[in-house]
Amino acid sequence: MKKRWTEVEADVSDRQEKQFAAWLSGVGISFENSEAENAYKERIGLLKDAIQLIKPPRRVPVCPSPGFFPIQYAGSTVHEAMYDYEALAQIWTKYCNDFAPDAYNAPTTIVPGTVIDLLDLTLYKWPGHGVSKELPYQFVEGEYMKAEEYQDLIDDPSGYFLRVYFPRIFNSLKPFERMPVFPLIHEMIFVPSGLAPFGMPELQKALHNIMEAASEATRWAMRMRALNSSIMGKGCPSFSGGASKAPFDVVGDSLRGTAGVMMDMYRHPDELQEACERLTPFMVRAGVSSGKANNHSLIFIPLHKGADGFMSDKQFQTFYWPTLKKVIIGLVNAGLVPLLFAEGGYNSRLEVISDLPKGMTVWWFDSTDMVRAKKAVGRVACIAGNVPLPLLCAGTEDETKKYCKRLIDSVGRDGGFILSTGAGMEGAKPGNVKAMIDFSKEYGV
Amino acid sequence: MFERLVKAIVEMREEEAMASVKELLDKREDPLKIMEQSKKAVEIVGARFEKGEYFLPELIMAGHMLTEISNRVKPVLSKGLEVKRIGKVVMGTVEGDVHDIGKNIVNFLLDANGFEVIDIGIDVPAEKFVQVIRDFSPQVVGLSGLLTLAYDSMKKTVQAIERAGLRNKVKIIIGGGQVNDTIKEYAGADAYGKDAMAGVLLVKQWMGVK
Repeated sequence: MKKRWTEVEADVSDRQEKQFAAWLSGVGISFENSEAENAYKERIGLLKDAIQLIKPPRRVPVCPSPGFFPIQYAGSTVHEAMYDYEALAQIWTKYCNDFAPDAYNAPTTIVPGTVIDLLDLTLYKWPGHGVSKELPYQFVEGEYMKAEEYQDLIDDPSGYFLRVYFPRIFNSLKPFERMPVFPLIHEMIFVPSGLAPFGMPELQKALHNIMEAASEATRWAMRMRALNSSIMGKGCPSFSGGASKAPFDVVGDSLRGTAGVMMDMYRHPDELQEACERLTPFMVRAGVSSGKANNHSLIFIPLHKGADGFMSDKQFQTFYWPTLKKVIIGLVNAGLVPLLFAEGGYNSRLEVISDLPKGMTVWWFDSTDMVRAKKAVGRVACIAGNVPLPLLCAGTEDETKKYCKRLIDSVGRDGGFILSTGAGMEGAKPGNVKAMIDFSKEYGV
Repeated sequence: MFERLVKAIVEMREEEAMASVKELLDKREDPLKIMEQSKKAVEIVGARFEKGEYFLPELIMAGHMLTEISNRVKPVLSKGLEVKRIGKVVMGTVEGDVHDIGKNIVNFLLDANGFEVIDIGIDVPAEKFVQVIRDFSPQVVGLSGLLTLAYDSMKKTVQAIERAGLRNKVKIIIGGGQVNDTIKEYAGADAYGKDAMAGVLLVKQWMGVK
């Protein structure tokens, strides 16, 4: 097998420049006026300088993670935002207009409720479907893949998802269990029998269900595209152009579950490692294709189960980091910039994660000690973070400014820093959000 | 023999642990002692977790092994296992939040440290906490929550406990991914645990356990 994603290729700097140029060009965006176009380009310039570590940006870019905050700020409910695309567009426009962050997160995380209803997803509870209408959707922890199924996943990840995992997590796709074995359909004589399952009324109904859900998802995506284009047209770039995940988290989050994956490190260590390896090409491809399609540099990668306390350093280096590093290198080689969001604390991982090419990634921290992060990771990567949610939700404007001041003074003065929140800022006081953004823009010069 | 069992559990050798349980039972060793020794092993695992030598995988493995052993031993146990309990703790994830990994870890550690834990689940309304405090008279109440919406639910719960006239009967500790001292003040709790172990140590201090 070909060895991939272990080395950074020679011309990655050129590729990164090209991708930044594509992002910066703003092709396809109709800017409201030349001021808006300039603001858009200047903001991407700030991010580019912060990321590349060649020269400090003119000022510290301020890019908070909105989470569900814009919804409560607009006086709406999560239910309305998930089901009424027009309302969602207004909510997001209001947030961007009123707070003017240097980059905004497209509301792709506020998934369309109707799509999820049509598929009858079992992985989550969502407003009106397990939680009340004003609450955010929440993940239901569980063992969605059995330990005995590792080999099936390893043999054929896509086949496993199609035939086993989807029927389990989407009640409307249960007949996908009957999907044929595709690689056999490669000679004329195998075609009729290969097609047979698709002739069954149950599978046809399930295919119809997925088409219906997909059409609804397309309606939502078109509305969101128009929304994004309008926000960018006013001069605000989006903070990321796609997403991927650490292979270990794919297994740990919604296949084996937390308890399952933790025990697998003892009970099925080889299979766990092999599964992570097998999922790696999918994670590289997901990030690369979305980044290229959206002409964007940054690929958001939320990290979950490698945080401090979840596992030992040795376990992190054995099970979590090797395949995450491959995903990072895979994206870097394609000219993209992984935006690694390390939720929780990452204090014990700082040395290990610093083993990366310089100026090619962003490490976004939550409760990690930012001064230590700057000393270790800051040598090779832009760091982002970490205004805490408790402060934004329960603190005062003065306290918020004080925190931002300390952050900029201690880690933001010489570039390589994006001021952001520790996580999605639902529940924040609008006054604190405003104070954080306005103060930091002014002070971070 | 028992040493082998304890060592196997502590060092995460599940198959060996189960084999030695079988051997002990075959030799007609006292099933009560098998349980006691297994619990002792789990306490050692907890202590290693406190020292930062062990992490989640080891805690979850230890919990799993203990359940398996208990399933094997219980059928031959003549009387229930009497455990000295040093105190009662009511634990729940507050209203609106359905996350429970953190809470379950704290519960496991409290249990390993000799506390009786009354787990009242997830998305627990304030009134339910009040009711359970009335029914069980715990010394400590733990409020868990991962999302920021938990801040208000924690505050509401503390207020409900106060209104019920029970506030001075219990110590209240909060914990969760986005909780800190600011939220402890906001909610009106007595303490917040930075992580599972910090929480357990606080509870131990309150109960006068070293």
